[in-house]
Amino acid sequence: MMMRNDLMGRIFWGMGNLIVMAYALLPVLWIVSLSLKQSSHLNDQRFFPQTISFENYRIIFSDMQFPAALWNSIGIAVISTLLAVTLGMFAAYAIVRLEFPGRRLILAGALATAMFPSVVIIGPIFNMWRTVGLFDTWLGLILPYMTFALPLAIWILSAFFREMPWDLDKAARVDGATPLQAFIWVIVPLAAPAVFTAAILVFIFAWNDFLFAISLTSTNNARTVPAVIAFFTGSSRFELPTGLIAAASVVITVPVMIIVLIFQRLIVAGLTSGAVKG
Amino acid sequence: MNQKQSNERRLGWLLCAPAVTALLVVTAYPILYALWLSLFRYDLRFPDQRAFIGLDNYVSILTSEVWWHALGNTLILTIISVSLELLLGFPLALIMHHTLFWRRAVRATTLIPYAIITVVAALAWKFAFDPTIGFVNALLGTEQAWLTQRWSAFLVIILTEIWKTTPFMALLLMAGLTLVPHDLIQAARVDGANAWQRFIKIIVPIMKPAILVAVLFRTLDAFRIFDTVFIQTRGAQGTETVSLLGYNTFIVSLNLGLGSAVSVLIFIGVLIISVLFIKGFGASLTKGGNAE
Repeated sequence: MMMRNDLMGRIFWGMGNLIVMAYALLPVLWIVSLSLKQSSHLNDQRFFPQTISFENYRIIFSDMQFPAALWNSIGIAVISTLLAVTLGMFAAYAIVRLEFPGRRLILAGALATAMFPSVVIIGPIFNMWRTVGLFDTWLGLILPYMTFALPLAIWILSAFFREMPWDLDKAARVDGATPLQAFIWVIVPLAAPAVFTAAILVFIFAWNDFLFAISLTSTNNARTVPAVIAFFTGSSRFELPTGLIAAASVVITVPVMIIVLIFQRLIVAGLTSGAVKG
Repeated sequence: MNQKQSNERRLGWLLCAPAVTALLVVTAYPILYALWLSLFRYDLRFPDQRAFIGLDNYVSILTSEVWWHALGNTLILTIISVSLELLLGFPLALIMHHTLFWRRAVRATTLIPYAIITVVAALAWKFAFDPTIGFVNALLGTEQAWLTQRWSAFLVIILTEIWKTTPFMALLLMAGLTLVPHDLIQAARVDGANAWQRFIKIIVPIMKPAILVAVLFRTLDAFRIFDTVFIQTRGAQGTETVSLLGYNTFIVSLNLGLGSAVSVLIFIGVLIISVLFIKGFGASLTKGGNAE
């Protein structure tokens, strides 16, 4: 199909596949291997560990800081995701389905925000949060995460919503349902895959953030894992605790990788929605 | 009928209200606030010296070498990484599009760099290039302390960025590839066009909107590069970018006035990039950018 010579084609694209997989996996294998090295072998400059040790994992989980940060990361990312997807769903439904002045402006405004560098508002937010007492709290991170993820959620959801069989919605409304009832009983179940896709991408965004996390938190109260890893200090001030950093990295990478591998199709559809559909 | 229309209108606004409020409070208001703060001498370490000084903050930034150096670094990183990503993204997109077996596995592994936390990716590559821990020197037979010199540090930073974001670029390009009609390729093949000619004469023109959207996204994203540089060099060895400069002035030095001015200048930079893209390629962008 792709090449005149089928065998040649198979070999060609098969090689391509192998290269792509090696490319994607190399740093992941490397950080896993670092996390499993014994501390005495850390400087051996080898890619794979000579002996496998789980010592690093034991240490990070027996310490106070990492479990607290993990809890913060999970809680903050999950709540931000729920909020962003709920608000995004309302807005996307209105933009796609309802006639009202200003809907184009809202979509354009959301898209403009998506392009927006967060460093621009980090200072003002820092100062605002300091005065209203949101500095170093969950809510102080949830608000910016939710907001910065909203454009993504609105965009993905409205792209999906445009493709949905809306006749069912019309039918419900002809049968006497109000727009709100039609929304809750007909649209929400139909829209589940889109909502789920948006949720995964928003979660990855919140899980990944570093700039807000280091600027708007200072203690275990709300500091998330990326921020904690960056400032990990080992027993000695002069040496980076590489093994511990690697172990912590693996712990926060694995769950997201599993989600991505399972929901690969949805994620590809979500990332490319709107960007290219003509 | 009129009643129904006004109900629909009210519901529309009601449903959008929470999202719009959040966007206004967390993005629009802080920008205006930054604009306002940037007109003051305002250092949190010396709060009593707060005074309105007009555009003096901008003057001192725009006449300082630090700003232009950081802007230069940011532009270098942006231009090099986005062009290499486009160059690598194409073959990657073709492989993902054409692959006959392991399709699921290949597409899933390609998403791994996208899903990995930037901080983790930056650390992984930092350790890989570390002279005592890393395997790169052993592999290349060099004894280089990569992150202690400007250009070799740039090399590591750019490599990390490319590794992390090429898959995203490739996904957008792949979505563009699916728009190319198969018949057209077949027809060109029958007419004797070779693979390269088919690519340049047919595939690229059809994909132009997708390419532009991907490049615009990545350019704006690369322009605000922060995480990788922070983790790998903290801006040392002359690798500071505008985002790091903003962060350092604001959060580390607690100089709200100067920091806000840096923020506003970064914002203007992003606006200029967007305007250039829209002016330069406006027609094809709206054609490809609007999910209609």
